[in-house]
Amino acid sequence: MTMSKRKGFGITVYILFVLAPIYWLLNMSFKTNQEILSSLTLWPETFTLANYATIFTDPSWYSGYINSMIYVSINVVITLVVALPAAYAFSRYKFVGDKHLFFWLLSNRMAPPAVFLLPFFQLYSSIGLFDTHIAVALAHCLFNVPLAVWILEGFISGVPREYDEMAYIDGYSFPKFFIKIFIPMIRSGIGVTAFFAFMFSWVELLLARTLTSVDAQPIGAIMTRTVGASGIDWGVLSAAGVLTIIPGLLVIWFVRNHVATGFALGRV
Amino acid sequence: MNKVTNNKAWWLVLPVFILVAFSALIPLMTVVNYSVQDIFGPNNAYFVGTDWFREVLRDDRLQDSLIRQFVFSGAVLLIQIPLGIGVALMMPTSGKKASLCLILLAIPLLIPWNVVGTIWQIFGRGDIGLFGWGLNELGMDYNYTASTADAWATVLLMDVWHWTPLVALLCYSGLRAIPEAFYQAAEIDRASKWAVFRYIQLPRLKSVLVIAVLLRFMDSFMIYTEPFVLTGGGPGSSTTFLSQTLTTMAIGQFDIGRAAAFSLIYFLIVLLVSWLFFTAITHLDKQK
Amino acid sequence: MAEIQLNSLAHSYSKTPSGPEDYAIRQMSHVWHKGGAYALLGPSGCGKSTMLNIISGLLAPSEGEVLFDNVKVNELSPKDRNIAQVFQFPVIYDSMTVYDNLAFPLRNAGMPKAKIQAKVDEIAAILELGEVLHNKAKNLTADEKQKVSMGRGLVRDDVSAILFDEPLTVIDPQLKWKLRRKLKQIHEQFNITMVYVTHDQLEASTFADKIAVMYEGQIVQFGTPRELFERPNHTFVGYFIGSPGMNLIDVERVSGGVRFDDFTVALSQVQQRATEHSPSQNLKIGIRPEFLHVSNQPSDDTFKCKVKDVEDLGTYKIVSLQLGSQAILARVDEDHEIAGDTVYVGFPPQWLKLYIDEFLVEEQDA
Repeated sequence: MTMSKRKGFGITVYILFVLAPIYWLLNMSFKTNQEILSSLTLWPETFTLANYATIFTDPSWYSGYINSMIYVSINVVITLVVALPAAYAFSRYKFVGDKHLFFWLLSNRMAPPAVFLLPFFQLYSSIGLFDTHIAVALAHCLFNVPLAVWILEGFISGVPREYDEMAYIDGYSFPKFFIKIFIPMIRSGIGVTAFFAFMFSWVELLLARTLTSVDAQPIGAIMTRTVGASGIDWGVLSAAGVLTIIPGLLVIWFVRNHVATGFALGRV
Repeated sequence: MNKVTNNKAWWLVLPVFILVAFSALIPLMTVVNYSVQDIFGPNNAYFVGTDWFREVLRDDRLQDSLIRQFVFSGAVLLIQIPLGIGVALMMPTSGKKASLCLILLAIPLLIPWNVVGTIWQIFGRGDIGLFGWGLNELGMDYNYTASTADAWATVLLMDVWHWTPLVALLCYSGLRAIPEAFYQAAEIDRASKWAVFRYIQLPRLKSVLVIAVLLRFMDSFMIYTEPFVLTGGGPGSSTTFLSQTLTTMAIGQFDIGRAAAFSLIYFLIVLLVSWLFFTAITHLDKQK
Repeated sequence: MAEIQLNSLAHSYSKTPSGPEDYAIRQMSHVWHKGGAYALLGPSGCGKSTMLNIISGLLAPSEGEVLFDNVKVNELSPKDRNIAQVFQFPVIYDSMTVYDNLAFPLRNAGMPKAKIQAKVDEIAAILELGEVLHNKAKNLTADEKQKVSMGRGLVRDDVSAILFDEPLTVIDPQLKWKLRRKLKQIHEQFNITMVYVTHDQLEASTFADKIAVMYEGQIVQFGTPRELFERPNHTFVGYFIGSPGMNLIDVERVSGGVRFDDFTVALSQVQQRATEHSPSQNLKIGIRPEFLHVSNQPSDDTFKCKVKDVEDLGTYKIVSLQLGSQAILARVDEDHEIAGDTVYVGFPPQWLKLYIDEFLVEEQDA
């Protein structure tokens, strides 16, 4: 049994490596700037919630979280709604140009966001969507939709087409079949896809920052203002950072039971 | 699975097509358009053909950051893929402990990229960061803002911290898909731990590893936010990767024609290398 | 090669078993002798595979001990027990060729190259895998895959034993017969202890010298196919072996024998004494359909039955009879005429078995 002990030790060390920087952020978020700058302490000696209070009492701070949540949610919904039927089509049917289309879609996942900065800025400005949530949500579709189509295609191909045929025989119309029977069958795939869509939209900053200025500004962009004339406000910066981790934690919590099998993306 | 030919399926794909065409095709056309013109202002542009491309390809700054980018992505793959497999192999296979491990491992994946940069910016500092302070206490002269080697090590460590969990989670679910019977048969066949890994686990991880390698290559090749926050590309331009060079060129210097040509070359490189990886891995399998 | 001894073995998959129903194997002892060809026969879920995995070491028993040649091996891994096992569904290493698959267990043991080559070629020839020997194992048919799976067990001629867990389930019937013959042939050639798990009595009796019948986590009888047929030790063996199975009738004791409905059946002295000494109310008599005496004329000690159905199966007939409230079956030769809807059946005393609490009352006092 020494093997399993060694494994347990190894994974513990790795998880400590994962948690240490996060702990440090958490630690700093409960400290005063005085304590942070005067000496290095392993836990807050003068525990304070002042940094969090700063964020929660200032609308220009917390609206950043709300903005981010809004465009991420819109993005996840759009991604799932358009990707599901497309993934179904790719998995079940042959049609003119299917392979080319699929590859072209995937190639967009490989496009560096930096390439699209300027054209996006001009495009959304010209149609009056600059500094709106929908602009960021649409921009993030660039990489999320191809990924979602690809992940879902894997899961859908894992469902035997006999189910589809059975439903037709039972007299279901296509939309009814799709919503009532098919979607529940691939729900763990949908869960994993939503997880990925959330993840890549929530963590992206380059496009989100470029396409917004005030009204839809993401939290990541607002965080830069902790840099002031008198230096960086480390305490508030840390508290803001900690708060960005929480939505992610909630999402992981919801999909935790699908992760073990779902993360193989239906392709094992 | 035998697919049925049905061109009506286009209706199902149409929303995706329109959406992606809108958010990819139009901007891409814009980029192509810029890349062949020299623009001085509205209604004041000249067609310059492939001049920008030729200039970009000769640009030392770009060549440097391209080399840096390849070194970085190569290092990322060489470290993260084996480490991710190792972490997946060490994880508990079931029960509460497994769930806990999964959740903890996934945390770095869901932290906004600028915050990842911030976390390491703080963690690595010699005065207020545990990591930097610890290294200095151990007598090492560590300072990621001043030393190129330290900056590189920190950026790499940050990326390992940030993305190895993705590889680990992919491999973990790949491992869970291996039926118990294979392990039993291997035990009966007196296979060593290494033989089990080499002949059972690794071959069955292949499809998830393809995904992991591609995702890690693409995302590391497009990395921008994390090193930008951590080092700002410095010291000097030692950690300035392609996306940052491009962004500086396009937005900082508003050198649009050159940036557009550069963008297209950049995109093509990602496509080409991804395609190379993909065919190399799938071909490896077909041989023999 | 080894003698495998199981001492007071029991196994439960639950950590806190509360009653016998939580046990996959209920306390039992058994010996598999050196060099024998055995079958372990029983319905699905009776604990056959569990027992096999305990013998091979894939599973540690919750109670009792496993001995190989009188040495306790409970703590040893399959590797150290040097045992081969073939599973129900083919397990092949699909990144390797057929040759590498067959050579795998030998390479793991560090056998020299030349010897491996010889051994693999020999087994490949026996299993007729020569043509595909250098193909990737991934692209084989299900039959071939299972042959490779079996081959990996068979290449090792130094093993303590080879265990087969329903190895022919996925093989088509024609090949099944052929492979069974091959196994038998290999057994004769190398004289390896073999234990063959199956739920098919025909498969068991063609392969094995002796069959262990397993029921609810215990071996209820261990004997030659003939013994199982003629003297089933347990009502389950009577019912499970034979086609159709034994007629079993619930009875109550009366003086001079036992009774069901209005019929009184005489018992032998031994049987009678046994009923008198046992407090149990669970008495059954059993007789195989083959041994029922069926005639159109009444005689002494026969019972009148209604004929419900006659099924002609070519070389024999199955007659369904109604005897009082009991439905019984008789198996008669194909030229045996059943005239009308009434026959008279006799229970020849030498074939009439008595079961108390489901276990046979032995004829000879031991």
